[in-house]
Amino acid sequence: MTVQGDSAEQEWVDDHAGPVVRPYAVTRGRARPVTGTFDLISLVMATRADVASESGLGPEHVAIVGLCQRMQSVAEIAAHLDLPVGTVRVLLGDLVARNLVQVREPRATTAGLPDDSVFEAVINGLRAL
Amino acid sequence: MDFGPSERPAGVAPLPTAIKILIAGGFGVGKTTMVGAVSETRPLRTEEVLTETGVGIDDLSGVEEKGTTTVAMDFGRITISDDLVLYVFGTPGQDRFWFVWDELALGAIGAVVLADTRRLADCFPSIDYFEGRGTPFVVAVNCFEGARQHRLDEVQAALNLDPGVPVVLCDARQRESSKEVLITLLEHAMKTREARRRAVD
Ligand SMILES: Nc1nc2c(ncn2[C@@H]2O[C@H](COP(=O)(O)OP(=O)(O)OP(=O)(O)O)[C@@H](O)[C@H]2O)c(=O)[nH]1
Ligand SMILES: [Mg+2]
Repeated sequence: MTVQGDSAEQEWVDDHAGPVVRPYAVTRGRARPVTGTFDLISLVMATRADVASESGLGPEHVAIVGLCQRMQSVAEIAAHLDLPVGTVRVLLGDLVARNLVQVREPRATTAGLPDDSVFEAVINGLRAL
Repeated sequence: MDFGPSERPAGVAPLPTAIKILIAGGFGVGKTTMVGAVSETRPLRTEEVLTETGVGIDDLSGVEEKGTTTVAMDFGRITISDDLVLYVFGTPGQDRFWFVWDELALGAIGAVVLADTRRLADCFPSIDYFEGRGTPFVVAVNCFEGARQHRLDEVQAALNLDPGVPVVLCDARQRESSKEVLITLLEHAMKTREARRRAVD
């Protein structure tokens, strides 16, 4: 869901329709993905152009694969499909288990901050914007 | 950049790395505005559904409507290069949802704490949080009415900041100004990293 630029109705309709009940149906009641952790900024790319013929996938799985023909983060997938992040994680787990998407986890920074080359690249990139 | 399924080698991961920066601060201080100012698209919104206890949904046994809260996060994307994508996340309200903050702050390279000089104390929880976690941060005083009458060193003192923490003026509505804030943060985070490495040696 976008935040700015949409009319007030568009912005709030989905909130009232409730992101609470629908996600359980989408994941068939599962709270956790079968595989993977999926950080908000893990990057996802489909490995196939079309999965409509795969059996056992729901429309949301197909929608994720469609969206991820171009690389998207987990957060972007959730925003574009208007699903809670937890639901998207479960669906992504299904897709990873079938090798239908590849996922790049973010740079592990628990051991500290990234090295200077990353900082410099971001600073230069921002200056060039 | 369009890969056909046959051109994309199986098993190879040509995906870039993602990094993130957080934009925090009190209610209505301009977090979403800053996310939008630097982002290459309109800010997006994503939601987490939490149980009231705030530990995520563990038990789905039938009580679908009871005890859940939705927390919204605004974010935007800046594609730096083919290898690097920067995400900027606005944090949800400061006094609740620490569960979501922890998830956001994990792996973040730094944070901007937005401050409004008319209600400086509103940013205390954010500052305490990032100090406690050791996340490098800068304070950006947003140019609401009256902000320019305050000297930045006064703000620094009033917030009881470590002298190394940069305090800058900004207008979150302006792309250039918001970009400068992010650059100041990145330079500060770089110095912080350098200082930590020296402390270890
Ligand atoms: N004058 C002035 N107004 C600003 C500035 N930045 C933001 N605003 C305005 O302040 C209001 C609140 O901005 P938001 O970006 O929604 O603030 P927020 O921190 O996301 O608010 P919450 O998410 O509700 O806590 C909006 O009307 C903005 O247009 C600024 O630098 N100067
Ligand atoms: Mg906001």
